[in-house]
Amino acid sequence: MKYARLVWVNMMRNKRRTVLTTLSVAAALFLFVSLRSVNTTLADARQVGSESRMVTRHAISIVFFLPESYYGWLVTVPGVKSVSWAEWFNGIYRDPRDFFPSFAVEAESYLAMYPEMVIPEDQRRAFLGERTAALVGSGLMERFGWTLGQTIQLRSPIWAPDQDWPFTIRAVYTPTNPSFGDALFFFHYEYLYENAGRRAQPGWYVLEIEDPALAASVAETIDEHYRNSRAATKTETERAFQTGFVTMYGNVGFLMNAIGLAVFFAILLVAANAMMMAARERTSEVAVLKTLGYSDRLLFGLVLAEAATITLIGGLLGVFGAKLAFEGSGFQGLGFLPGFQVKWATAMAGMAIALSLGLASGIVPAWWAARLPVAETLRRVG
Amino acid sequence: MALLEIRNLSKVYQRDSQMIAVFEGIDLDIEAGEFLVLMGPSGSGKTTLLNLVAGLDKPTSGTISVGGAQVTEMSARQLAAWRSRHVGFIFQLYNLLPVLTAYQNVELPLLLTHLSRSERREHVMTVLEVVGLSDRADHYPRQLSGGEEQRVAIARAIVSDPTVILADEPTGDLDAKSADEVLTLMQRLNGEFNKTILLVTHDQRAAERGHAIMHLDKGVLTG
Repeated sequence: MKYARLVWVNMMRNKRRTVLTTLSVAAALFLFVSLRSVNTTLADARQVGSESRMVTRHAISIVFFLPESYYGWLVTVPGVKSVSWAEWFNGIYRDPRDFFPSFAVEAESYLAMYPEMVIPEDQRRAFLGERTAALVGSGLMERFGWTLGQTIQLRSPIWAPDQDWPFTIRAVYTPTNPSFGDALFFFHYEYLYENAGRRAQPGWYVLEIEDPALAASVAETIDEHYRNSRAATKTETERAFQTGFVTMYGNVGFLMNAIGLAVFFAILLVAANAMMMAARERTSEVAVLKTLGYSDRLLFGLVLAEAATITLIGGLLGVFGAKLAFEGSGFQGLGFLPGFQVKWATAMAGMAIALSLGLASGIVPAWWAARLPVAETLRRVG
Repeated sequence: MALLEIRNLSKVYQRDSQMIAVFEGIDLDIEAGEFLVLMGPSGSGKTTLLNLVAGLDKPTSGTISVGGAQVTEMSARQLAAWRSRHVGFIFQLYNLLPVLTAYQNVELPLLLTHLSRSERREHVMTVLEVVGLSDRADHYPRQLSGGEEQRVAIARAIVSDPTVILADEPTGDLDAKSADEVLTLMQRLNGEFNKTILLVTHDQRAAERGHAIMHLDKGVLTG
């Protein structure tokens, strides 16, 4: 600790450079933590799906409908306990930037299948008993300042795009798992069907099965049954379905990691350059310290400590700035990243990277300081 | 046995393919408590000799012993530790760290010891008192005159109570009055505190403050 002051005053020698280097590291770490958190959130989203729930969708793509008549046969498939269905509504509140995921669902069977949504019993009854009622996530309520019983107007670019869709909020759910998301919006499929000129159809069926071990045989039975029909199906566990949904974004993980790596190396060069400049400006002082008896090893450590301090401060600003900013704002990526959060593991990984940045950027100037020939340097600087 | 013994010391530099001998086969003894002045023209090797005694440079051949310690046989790590305890070095251009106060500059050699903060404070304030700058402890080098800076540098050189003080043209960058104050201080360190001093200079007035004068010219050391 007795050398801390020496490290600090050297850092503060050129305040502007130190502050700019620290901010570069902070910005890089903010970006890294954000990108990494997108990855971890998507990974969590893949885990949300239950192994005892399956999804049957159109074999070509989820954007194609399935006939309502499939319901009658699906409930008879051996191993299937219950069936529900849903359709993507793509509701917009006030402005397209106010987007959030919204679904028309066969309400009674759907709620029975999703215990992840905790709903007060009186609200559940109110929601089920009213055709224009909506079930809204607690996060969404908070985001728009909605209240229970309030009527809101949504628009959908898919369904009757020219008309307003009034909904009365009758129930609010709280998710048992943050990754399920607290910013989803559900309403009755019947309402969609009637208001959309009776041309709506299920987007996908959700099947609850008696035993996860039956998943493969159930999927095979259903898909085989509809193989040659007008709307062939693809049936998979909900977890596999979620994974497929996530990969619709593309190889997000690879992209995020590639950007993160590029940022890391760019900042490494910035920090290393700043440290090298800082060290070279002190050539004569390093020689003087050696004359006073400071060993090569000690000087190596002091320069390295200086670099690590700068990057650790930058890391703290970037990593915990991101954590506070995202958690404070309730960011959920327009609803596509439900449960988005900067996990402690990600924050710690960010700090480890900050430390490695410090060591990597400081090692060359530290080595240079340790190897500086004293007599020759003193002769050169007078 | 002399405090400082130099035997058959040679230093040869290689510049490209050319070998340049600074001096060859020098012998020198300095007794404890002696104030020896080394004079000579520029480029005669005075500073090189000082650097060799401090272990900052390696001789081509020969030996240097200070207080029985074989300087020429030590590793870089041993030399650093030895220098921190036994050598006080005074530069022509003071070489104080500009970001540290006078107090902090003087404290630098003590950071290498096991002294506590309060013990370090006691030592630093004592030597600042000796050089007459206890009231300037919190001043930065830029707030001090050249003479004051050199006195702080002298305080830094003596704070760890070294065996020998090596001074390389300590008055070379000072006006006459400041130079006189610095030389008087060095005389006091030698006379009052019995410090052994090897002073390199080509200023005749500075040389007259020492007990003895030796000349180094064209690689030959004469008394």
